[in-house]
Amino acid sequence: MSEPAPPAFSLEPESFAFTPENLERAKAHIGKYPEGRQASAVLPLLDLAQRQNGGWLSRSAMDYVALMLGMAPIRVYEAATFYTMFHLRPVGRHLLQACTTTPCWLRGSDQVVSACKKKLGIGLGETTPDGLFTLVEVECLGACVNAPVLQVNDDYYEDLDAKRTEALIDALKEGRPPSAGSLAGRRGSEPKRAVEGAAPAAGDGAAGKG
Amino acid sequence: MPKLSIDGREVEVPAGVTVMQACQSIGIEIPHFCFHERLAIAGNCRMCLVEMQKSPKPIASCAMPAADGMVIFTDSPKAKAARHGVMEFLLINHPLDCPICDQGGECDLQDEAMAYGFDRGRYVDAKRAVSDKEFGPLIATHMTRCIHCTRCIRFLTDVAGVEELGATGRGEEMEIGTFVERALGSELSGNIIDLCPVGALTSKPYAFLARSWELGKTESIDVLDAVGSNIRLDARGQRVMRVLPRLNEEVNEEWISDKTRFAVDGLSRGRLDRPYVRRGERLYEVGWRDVLDLLAQRLKAVPGERIAAIAGDLCDAESIFALKELMKGLGAFDLDCRQDGAKLDARQRAGYLFNTSIAGIDKADLCLLIAANPRFEAPIINARLRKRFLAGGFRVGAIGAAFETTYPVENLGAGGEALALLAAGEHAWAKALRQAKNAMIVLGQRALARPDGAAVLAAAKRMAEDFALVREDWNGFNILHKAAARVGALDLGFVPPEGGRDVAAILEGCRRGAIEVLYLLGADEIETKDLGSAFVVYQGHHGDRGAERADVILPGAAYTEKDGTYVNTEGRVQRARRAVFPPGEAREDWAILRALSAALGAPLPFDTLSALRALMIEAHPRLEESECLEPAPWGAFGVEGALSPDPFAIPTEDFYSSDPISRASPTMAECRRVFGMGSPPARTGTHG
Repeated sequence: MSEPAPPAFSLEPESFAFTPENLERAKAHIGKYPEGRQASAVLPLLDLAQRQNGGWLSRSAMDYVALMLGMAPIRVYEAATFYTMFHLRPVGRHLLQACTTTPCWLRGSDQVVSACKKKLGIGLGETTPDGLFTLVEVECLGACVNAPVLQVNDDYYEDLDAKRTEALIDALKEGRPPSAGSLAGRRGSEPKRAVEGAAPAAGDGAAGKG
Repeated sequence: MPKLSIDGREVEVPAGVTVMQACQSIGIEIPHFCFHERLAIAGNCRMCLVEMQKSPKPIASCAMPAADGMVIFTDSPKAKAARHGVMEFLLINHPLDCPICDQGGECDLQDEAMAYGFDRGRYVDAKRAVSDKEFGPLIATHMTRCIHCTRCIRFLTDVAGVEELGATGRGEEMEIGTFVERALGSELSGNIIDLCPVGALTSKPYAFLARSWELGKTESIDVLDAVGSNIRLDARGQRVMRVLPRLNEEVNEEWISDKTRFAVDGLSRGRLDRPYVRRGERLYEVGWRDVLDLLAQRLKAVPGERIAAIAGDLCDAESIFALKELMKGLGAFDLDCRQDGAKLDARQRAGYLFNTSIAGIDKADLCLLIAANPRFEAPIINARLRKRFLAGGFRVGAIGAAFETTYPVENLGAGGEALALLAAGEHAWAKALRQAKNAMIVLGQRALARPDGAAVLAAAKRMAEDFALVREDWNGFNILHKAAARVGALDLGFVPPEGGRDVAAILEGCRRGAIEVLYLLGADEIETKDLGSAFVVYQGHHGDRGAERADVILPGAAYTEKDGTYVNTEGRVQRARRAVFPPGEAREDWAILRALSAALGAPLPFDTLSALRALMIEAHPRLEESECLEPAPWGAFGVEGALSPDPFAIPTEDFYSSDPISRASPTMAECRRVFGMGSPPARTGTHG
């Protein structure tokens, strides 16, 4: 529910078509379903289209998928607007998705969000002028054991606080994204006590120390 | 046959019915918003919750199939509390604007809130507001009032076959709309106004004009196409404010087309409200006595064989009968009602009826359309065809120019040669036609309104016989009419005798001077530009094509202003009833003809409409109003001949301007503008 503004058709590209590789993938997805049930492939195809289209779905991309699956365009619009992981407006190269549901909130997601806002100078749902970052608020990402969590595109960064968040943003800006996972040095979701007092594990990214 | 107990009463219901229908079968009404018996079940309003024994939660009775041994309580404290809760949630975001809402007074939510609502709200936070949508010239939206029952979406998707409306967003952000702003491209779209249980979708032309309780309601029949949809005319004072459908399972179920619903504003524009006489270039107002005397003088001075009459598409059977009697008295026999020149054969009733009947479509398994596009000629019949298609196992083929409709249609060829091949059994489709159990052929008027029309009729007849479409239990031969008056006029024999002049010959006769007086009874669909020096009498209600050329204008009554008999395309005899009086000096058509006959010195033998009707039924017993359809006997019609290879034209261009009332209607004019002169609206979102 973090996408407040309506889709912006002024940014609408003229047309959309899958690249040859994506077309192959799309056909594979469609092939999974029996004849006459091609519409079932709408979600994977929209996801493919969104990835190809720089992280968002243009209307022409949705119409393209509708045509490919023989669906009425409105049925595709319904699916695309229902799922919050589809974006109907352009997003920055790094889509920062801050989880603010109860466990993350209890563990300090407010600090993570305000660090993002401060560092980037944008509010929730906004994109930086350079087009690098978009900040959105999302519901539970299912990584509560490592709360608070910030999802950047497909990667989860966990165990965040204000400092680590700022360092993460710096690293992303410099094009050196740290490896995904806990930025406090935890492996997976092992008990926190195992980390406390121990030296940062090898392979802990630069952001962890920052 | 499951047996269940409802409020302590044992009920046995047919398998497959829902708990709600089981309750209704014993007279217990369950409140509901999203459920509609003609639409798919959605189960999303939750208003119909009832208590079921052994179920921890109340169940949605509209979506729960009745099962053996169920124990249902519809009025228990738990069921009541559930409904109170649902109502409170529905009212959280619903605005309290009933006093300015067009739905006020006929609103399901308002009614149910009286039964289940609280007298005050407990909700203190900000209410949700939703921006209004643009659905075109017919439907006004107030989306903040929407309760998301999705009836409109289900109607357009399933019944109208136009997938344009959907629910976008989720949860609090869910909105009903087209997403990409556009006018709804369906000719049945107005029905979603009736379906909407709240005031979210209301009629745009009727906005803020009247309150439902101020309206006088008259049950009548629509005449803007040949379906004979059952309608209710809602009038205030001397103006019909709106038209609503009436339930008739055999004809229109509970739908009407947009033309039926919205063309009524044409009734208060461009009306002929007093008699006129032409002197030179101008028309002058005159009194009834003067105009009738003048007309009588003129008619008396001309021998009968130089007088002709054409009956229009909106005329009631009584006035056509009266005109025929009047003409008989004058010795004039060149009468015709087939304005479009269709070579319909009045000799055999089965030869000009939709014999399968509209409800009979449900039993068909194959349909061949010849130069017919039911979507624009008879949207209600098109909805039946789509309903049959959705039930599965239904093939539709078409001969004629390709067109788009709301079910898949196989194109079998464009012109006469495809029909000839098929009739000879040499077309690939002939096998399908032979194998089908209940096949139907539908002939459009365009197939007959060609020089080889009689041959087309004969070929179709031969085909119906060869492929065993006409049997004891089934008649698959159908003529699809567009004009409401046509079947009635053919029943009355309002056609020229053998060797007489048909419409084309009458017009030619006018040009050549062979016809001196032409009497047009509401005939506006003919070419009136070149009628030579003929003296043209136009009797009708609109200043349209006929009146433009007329030398004498007799102002008549529109269908909402007179009692009249109409016979629909199936041959169903129905009565339209008067809702308001004709404007100004205008009179009911039969009365004008009766007065003219008196001026001629040979009064017709009736003084009242009921006397006229009795005479008409005596002469033509099948015009007696009756509930059931009488199958027409099969016989000889059509004239065998060579078929022209010219492609059959498919009529689409004039849905919103097919008659003088639609042409006078500003709402229909707006539709023509938005939908581009009635051509099929663009159907996909990929168009610009």
